[in-house]
Amino acid sequence: MNPRHPDPAWRGRVTATVIALVLLWPMLVSSEFKPWLLLDAQSLEATWHFLAGFFPPAHSREFLTLMLEATWQTIAIATAGLALALLGAIPLTLLATQSLSISHLESGRMRIAGVAVRQAARWLLVLLRSVPELVWALLLVRIVGLGPTAGVLAIALTYSGMLGKVYAEILESSETHASEALLQNGSSRLAALFYGALPAAASELVSYTTYRWECAIRGSVVMGFVGAGGIGQRMDESMKMLAGAEVSTMLIIFVLLVASADLVSSFLRKRLG
Amino acid sequence: MSFVLRGVGVRHADQSHALHAVDLLIAQGEQVALIGPSGAGKTTLLHTLACAHPPTAGEFSAFDVQPWKLKHAARHALRARLFLAPQTPPLPPRQRVVTAVLAGRLPQWSLWQALASLIKPGDPDAAHEALARFNLQDKLYARVDRLSGGERQRCGMARLLVSRADAFLVDEPLSALDPALSRQTLDTLQQEATARNATLVCSLHQVELALGCFPRIVGLRDGRIAFDAARAEVTEEMIAALYRNAGREAQGELPVTAASPVAPRCA
Amino acid sequence: MRRPVPPPIIQPATLALLLGLLALICASFYTLDLKWGELFTADAARSSLEFLQGFAPPEAAAPFLLRIVAGAMETLSMSALGTGIAFVIGLALAVPASGRLGGSARAVVRLALNVLRSIPELVWAVILLIAAGLGPFAGTLALAVHTTGVLGRLFADALENLPPACESTLRINGASALGAFFYAALPQISPQLMSYTLYRWENNIRAAAVLGVVGAGGLGQMLKYHLSLFQMQQAASVIIAMLLMIVVVDGVSFRLRRRLTGN
Repeated sequence: MNPRHPDPAWRGRVTATVIALVLLWPMLVSSEFKPWLLLDAQSLEATWHFLAGFFPPAHSREFLTLMLEATWQTIAIATAGLALALLGAIPLTLLATQSLSISHLESGRMRIAGVAVRQAARWLLVLLRSVPELVWALLLVRIVGLGPTAGVLAIALTYSGMLGKVYAEILESSETHASEALLQNGSSRLAALFYGALPAAASELVSYTTYRWECAIRGSVVMGFVGAGGIGQRMDESMKMLAGAEVSTMLIIFVLLVASADLVSSFLRKRLG
Repeated sequence: MSFVLRGVGVRHADQSHALHAVDLLIAQGEQVALIGPSGAGKTTLLHTLACAHPPTAGEFSAFDVQPWKLKHAARHALRARLFLAPQTPPLPPRQRVVTAVLAGRLPQWSLWQALASLIKPGDPDAAHEALARFNLQDKLYARVDRLSGGERQRCGMARLLVSRADAFLVDEPLSALDPALSRQTLDTLQQEATARNATLVCSLHQVELALGCFPRIVGLRDGRIAFDAARAEVTEEMIAALYRNAGREAQGELPVTAASPVAPRCA
Repeated sequence: MRRPVPPPIIQPATLALLLGLLALICASFYTLDLKWGELFTADAARSSLEFLQGFAPPEAAAPFLLRIVAGAMETLSMSALGTGIAFVIGLALAVPASGRLGGSARAVVRLALNVLRSIPELVWAVILLIAAGLGPFAGTLALAVHTTGVLGRLFADALENLPPACESTLRINGASALGAFFYAALPQISPQLMSYTLYRWENNIRAAAVLGVVGAGGLGQMLKYHLSLFQMQQAASVIIAMLLMIVVVDGVSFRLRRRLTGN
């Protein structure tokens, strides 16, 4: 059965499929993809034992108090980390934003020193945000020891990189006219920021920051697993003891925490944005 | 009988009437043109014939069964014998023409055949042949969003040709075509209907084409049948009354109609 | 230099909200018992510096670099497979979640997707380690589970926001529900499917790089291993490899997305 009008894309499709299959094979090997291991009697039994413990979730008074403390610690780590990240991001943003440059005005081009500082600020932002927060936490735990300090610092470092980059983008894409006029009339950079660029971009800045706060809460849970405090650290301990009941309580708290962070952040965005 | 409608009424969701007490008999193999001003209910009537929605009053049967008294599956099987071609065929922009045309075969295909045809077109020659009858064969493997409005409309018509329907319900097939193409398209539709002994119900804006090509004309106005007559019996006054105080664009075409009561025959 | 005055006109409600936020921040710092002393004393500074000096120079011996390449491959494979599995299952779950199988199915599946989504990959990895054992397989599954939640919801939203005309035309002409889905709905949302999936893949590469910290394979597992043995130079190489991978993936994905979803 040979059609008189064969599909010109057919060869390409066959080739693409063959290539995909050829690439898939080493992927399956290198990620040790062996789904049948899940059905292995031993692993089934371990899973079953663990999951059987899930119900009922642990709910003793003592444990719930402990959970409440851990949950608060998680939120506090995220909040404090983000507050520090803001402190770091704002000066970096000022340095990296082209439209807030004074030297840019004088010659129409920036002076070499200005360019160098700006580039350095940008590279620092890239470095800060490209190292995953968990890696920062892992390193900081070695420097400051186990506990929330490492978590707060890790969030502060990663998020100042993210906030700085996005703030600079927002400020540059928003109306630059006002801030330019202010700078030309001799305003300082800070005044130009407050009166020119900021009002134009305020709502976008606020909504991005609240979105990041939500992300920081997730991040602070995860960092607990490398010893940076909060509910993640408790979960790590419970997992090591295979205490299913405790894990199931924590998962529930976790889902609720993320859902309410979602709610609060969308409320804040509506209110302040 | 292809379609039997007795006192059929259709109401919109907002309770306004789209069709009022419509009586209509259409025999198998008959070719009928639906004319009338915009908003007269032509599209609603075609959708009713296609079993797209149940009539809110009256009796409706297609191919001698009452579709809305059938079970869901049997009614859906009946729909495979009816082909409704909407005015602007909604086609996925990134789909290829060949796939869009062959979608007309979906009612006959098993799921497996349908999926296989997405990967390798199941019957490209049939699609090519259908497109060739509308001078679109070059576009067989083009993407739908690369087509002009008129080409897209004919692509929808090519889907009609590859379908296995016994009745074609075509809504304004010529709205995006120039006069020469309009004529050719209409000819093709009528040839196909004659060849399969399929019923053809076609709503048209161009009164002169309707009178020139269709043996039977049904005039709709305000959701009622204004007249239902053989071509020879349709008078200038009937047309004028049908379009009185309606949209200007339709009235503009009237003189042509009146000047040539014996229009050139179509195939 | 004139001191800038903060912009005026703040509504009382907004002001209260801002004060509340400030209180939250203060309370966070107050209750956390942060050990700034560990960081800012001369002693601490010296030991931190020593710690950082341990990283230089990064290990660059050929056999070690080969192991890093293998680790990066493992990370890439985990992310690609995890995203692929999530694409298939997410699409399958998006059908009920878009309300095509009734309102109650929609509510149940959406709830399930939300749970999958709100538990991060790393937590899934920790849980799945029990069933799948240490190694990249657990990481792949963890990525798949979390991403299913994310993609399933995005796909369901795309299906719900679809103009229904294409599909209903085929249905009226007698096509089966699945036939119409594959010939009308799917091709219409395919650009969105592609761009969401590529975006998640990019995210998953980053996630896969760190999943190993809990023992789920990839570069993260190497990092954790060398750090726990205090082999700082090796750890530095792994971190640099991670950074490179993330930067490259960012660039490639940006370009690819623009090409695939263009026009």
